[in-house]
Amino acid sequence: MIVPIVFLILCIVGFFFSGLSIGFLMQEMIIRLARNSVLVLSLIIPVITGMGLNFGIVLGAMAGQIALIMVTNFSIAKGWGFFLSIIISTPIAIFFGFLVGKVLNKAKGKEMITSMILGFFANGVYQLVFLLLAGTLIPFRNKELLLSTGIGVKNTVDLANVKGSLDHLIPFGKIHPSLGKYPISTILVVIGLYVLVSFFLKTKLGQEMRAVGQDMHIAEVSGINVDKTRSMAVIISTVLAAWGQIIFLQNIGTMNTYGSHEQVGLFAVASLLVGGATIDKASWKEALMGTFLFHLLFIISPLAGQNLVGNAQIGEFFRVFIAYGVIGLALLLHAWEKDKSKTSLEDI
Amino acid sequence: MKKFVAKIGFPRFVISIFLIILLVLSVFLDIPLSMTIENILVRFGMNAILVLAMVPAVQSGIGLNFNLPLGIICGLIGALISIEFKLSGFAGFFVSLLIAVPLAILLGYFYGRMLNRIKGQEMTVGTYIGFSVVSLMCIFWLVAPFKSPELVWAYGGTGLRVTVSLESSMAHVLNNFWDFNIGNIAIPTGLLLTFGICALLVWIYSRSKSGTTMYVAGSNEAFALSNGINVDRERIVGTIMSTVLAAIGIIVYSQSFGFLQLYNAPLYAAMPAVASVLIGGASLNRAKISHVIIGTLLFQSLLVVSLPVINIMSEGSMSEVIRTIISNGIILYALTRAGGENA
Repeated sequence: MIVPIVFLILCIVGFFFSGLSIGFLMQEMIIRLARNSVLVLSLIIPVITGMGLNFGIVLGAMAGQIALIMVTNFSIAKGWGFFLSIIISTPIAIFFGFLVGKVLNKAKGKEMITSMILGFFANGVYQLVFLLLAGTLIPFRNKELLLSTGIGVKNTVDLANVKGSLDHLIPFGKIHPSLGKYPISTILVVIGLYVLVSFFLKTKLGQEMRAVGQDMHIAEVSGINVDKTRSMAVIISTVLAAWGQIIFLQNIGTMNTYGSHEQVGLFAVASLLVGGATIDKASWKEALMGTFLFHLLFIISPLAGQNLVGNAQIGEFFRVFIAYGVIGLALLLHAWEKDKSKTSLEDI
Repeated sequence: MKKFVAKIGFPRFVISIFLIILLVLSVFLDIPLSMTIENILVRFGMNAILVLAMVPAVQSGIGLNFNLPLGIICGLIGALISIEFKLSGFAGFFVSLLIAVPLAILLGYFYGRMLNRIKGQEMTVGTYIGFSVVSLMCIFWLVAPFKSPELVWAYGGTGLRVTVSLESSMAHVLNNFWDFNIGNIAIPTGLLLTFGICALLVWIYSRSKSGTTMYVAGSNEAFALSNGINVDRERIVGTIMSTVLAAIGIIVYSQSFGFLQLYNAPLYAAMPAVASVLIGGASLNRAKISHVIIGTLLFQSLLVVSLPVINIMSEGSMSEVIRTIISNGIILYALTRAGGENA
């Protein structure tokens, strides 16, 4: 519990220096919670299965973006664009998740570093595909998407067809204009997904995942197919990440083709850890609390930096440092605890 | 044929074939071969010491040192201070080393002590400690009390520049030291000599008694313990050596490059170095100097040769993408091999 409390104090102190109004902050936080919490949710299942923090959700985010590029390419009309990109992204994400699962099963005990490097590697392949093959090998109907040379997708893609299509699916704005400011339908979908995941963890497969997470050998002996269960966990995580990225981008409205997915793993992992989760224990409570605290700090720190030292860039760097530092510290403390328990067993 | 591939290793075989194809292609595309060879030599000299930093780390048992940025930061601080005092040429170079090396020893010592408490998780933790250090230093570069107009932004007068030109201080001091031409290929003697000296020192150390002790500690902890070797101490020595080599490595790199790269530049610095030593035939628990030489030569040649070829065949700069794919691909390959056999 110590980590979220420290962050809460940091946020409160930062809040007084930032000079923001509570009303604005709360409105901003609701929007950010709606668009980020599915990405954080996607990390929970691999943690429970004992695979640590799955930095491979970057591949899920890529699957989401591939679907969005396809939808934009065919200029599919409002509302439907969102559902179609969800439908297109799912099989891609399942395939990516299958590959990630295969790789991670070959690197047991080194899952986190492997999934991280895998993310970097996939990022390289993604760039190769969209910089070099798009427009040459892969035909594009919508020439607006391509660079002026006709090869390679533009740096920023305008998602006009998808923008806000989930946020304003149910027109709450008509009931009362002030409700229109909030992405209420997105919040409902997020709640639905959280309920679905906690329900899933109570099913047979979910319980098997817990068993694998506790001890792989005992699970194997009791007749659970460990490799398959781990693969399933990664596939679900990747699919959730793909959906999460689509929800995120439909709220933002523009996509940074080569950058939107890069930070996904970093920010989602940092959010989960800020909420008090560890490498082998995570639940929806930590995911929601962590997302809230991390993004609160995210809004506050540049402004607080500006007002404290007169340099907004310091706050900017500070929040990146917080993201990396939180992950580094959490990994360090976890490995430390593990090492301590190992030596104490040897002492007996 | 199969035996031959098995002997030199599959990744090395594929990369060599790829390299030969690219070389032939570059000759057909009228890219002067002398320029290619010159570039390969320079880039080999620039990067080899950073790759060499992996050897003591792996030998002492902490695995591949993903926390290379820690040493790089030390090197950068050394170089910055020497510029602040308006030193140039060899004076600047040696003063940078003089400041960077003790700093690297100190930080390497504490990092080594930390690693001793987290045995088995060194790579993951090291990566994120490295990222944290780099992002923390971003704040430091902004507020650091440097005054030289070479270093700080032209306007405002505070905060270091993103890239600091070394033109007036120590650019190319090693590259131009005793350089001579063979045909129209300029040989950067000083640069290669510096790597040679570092490699020789690491080699001599590994042959000495304490080097052997470190090797034993790294390859079999239980055996080392039963022989009365202080494994933790050997791991700290390996970490310190690796950090110091990284600090020296970045100074040598920067003087050849002509610029100091600050802020986020060192973030992913460890990846190409790790990839190089793996391409050379090292594994998660075995690395030799020959791996460094072969690996750096292959990796850098591949980048040097592929860059103009790709740029001619398709528009836009793809070198960064190619580097990302190759370096992370090879690390992935090494990580997924059971028991960390040869990559």
